[in-house]
Amino acid sequence: MKRLYFLTILPFVGMLGFLPLVNRVEPFVLSMPFVMFWIVLWTVLTSIILAVMYKLDPRNKEDEEQ
Amino acid sequence: MNSALIIILGFLLLAVFLGIRSTKGKQMDLEQWTVGGRGFSAIFVFLLMAGEIYTTFSFLGGSGWAYGKGAPALYVLMYICLSYVVSYWLLPVIWRYAKEHKLVSQSDFFVKKYNSPYLGVLVALVGVIGMIPVIVVQLKGLGIIVSQASYGAISMEAAVWIGAISLTIYVMLSGVHGSAWTALIKDIVMVVVICFLGIYLPLHYFGGFQPMFEAVHSANPDFLRFPDEGNSVTWVISTVLLLVLGFYMWPQVFSSTYTAKNARVFRKNAIISPLYTLMLLFVFLVGTAAILTVPGLEGEDVDLALIRISMETFDPWVIGIIGGAGLLTALVPGSLLIMSTATLLAKNIYNVFAPKTSQQTIGKLARLLVPVVSLVAVLFTLHGGTTLSNIILMGYSLMTQLAPSLFFSLWKRNFVNKYGASAGILAGLATVAYITITKTTLVDLFPFLPAAWNDVNTGIIALVVNVAVMIAGSLVTKGKQK
Repeated sequence: MKRLYFLTILPFVGMLGFLPLVNRVEPFVLSMPFVMFWIVLWTVLTSIILAVMYKLDPRNKEDEEQ
Repeated sequence: MNSALIIILGFLLLAVFLGIRSTKGKQMDLEQWTVGGRGFSAIFVFLLMAGEIYTTFSFLGGSGWAYGKGAPALYVLMYICLSYVVSYWLLPVIWRYAKEHKLVSQSDFFVKKYNSPYLGVLVALVGVIGMIPVIVVQLKGLGIIVSQASYGAISMEAAVWIGAISLTIYVMLSGVHGSAWTALIKDIVMVVVICFLGIYLPLHYFGGFQPMFEAVHSANPDFLRFPDEGNSVTWVISTVLLLVLGFYMWPQVFSSTYTAKNARVFRKNAIISPLYTLMLLFVFLVGTAAILTVPGLEGEDVDLALIRISMETFDPWVIGIIGGAGLLTALVPGSLLIMSTATLLAKNIYNVFAPKTSQQTIGKLARLLVPVVSLVAVLFTLHGGTTLSNIILMGYSLMTQLAPSLFFSLWKRNFVNKYGASAGILAGLATVAYITITKTTLVDLFPFLPAAWNDVNTGIIALVVNVAVMIAGSLVTKGKQK
């Protein structure tokens, strides 16, 4: 469960914590202003992190959860 | 009537038809009408929740902010995405408790957890007060779409009335089953329309995405990043955190978790939902494309950006399809909001003061209240004047006040009791009202803080007051209960 809690915090740190450092327009990445790219990147990473959490979470293996 | 309006009308009739059809063969008691008999699979719960979260606000308000404010519009994408991380933990717990106790509304949850029907009345009232602004947003959105698509033939006022009447008829006939089906159509049409506009407009006017951003950037070098003051980085971090806390406090979102058939549904949906928020990116692209293409919209009118640039670019029949998509994005959330409001008023307020009323009568009363709620919302719509984004932010600061007592109630060794919870909510609401009226900032209260703190969302002050009063109140009244 400890790993799950760590993964829960990660998207918040990534998306919000680094914002003061990445708040810039240039360089453009994938045609987007840098700060926009950063937020999009972390949106995708959030999905991936949640998928990893789902795999690691023992509760999702139980089938009797009706 | 032009071809745009005819197509929009077609969408409306389709939605009503689907709504009526979906109720066939089901006995419509209160549990069926509001929580669909708790039998929805992952896909349906996903659609229903997406149906509530992506409203006319994301359509028109999102592009409006991208047009009027630039980068700060990204806050919408950020808070929705991060809320799904919270949903992974929160929703299964809420769902299980609701199923065990056969709960129908959000207020029921507080009543059971704190064993106090009067706390339920308070929570229901907060919900009703918080939801009215969001219904107003839907009606305003409907009004904008219909009046703009009529090319001036229908006034904004008439369009709001038409929208409200259609919405009322739709809700009274169908209930939550209708919303889930229309939500399916709505999401397909909305995604197609948004992606098309978000790709086509930048290519058509600027020859690409980067040239568009570069053009905006050279016209205004600070537009595509968070500004140093106002909607700054401090503002966006504090606002996003606050909105994430409030995300699942909305009564209509809360009670739509009840429709799921098992708890895993939520964890599964949490994985794909953040990717779905990327759709908002296309909304921002539309708003950004409009900056240099249809300049000069100010104040409330920024919400017209999406529809204006479309009208500038396309034939009326395309406007009809865009308008139809917009109509559905108002109809689905609007119907869920009105339904939740009516259910709260009937079951969690009226029923507490008239406990002998039969459940059948309560069900009937809930339906009869639908037109009343719509009427109130119409009056607010026609007399208020601010952007969609600002209305939503205000509703959120009210709803977030329910977060502390809810989160504490999930804790096994919760020491907060009904007195503390009620006092905390009331103190939080009073603080929101005070701050809104006097426009107090954090630095006004604590002059020793650096100026950057000025941009901290003041909802946080209300939340701190709420928690402090809640804990103090619970400790003082300890032992009074049980």
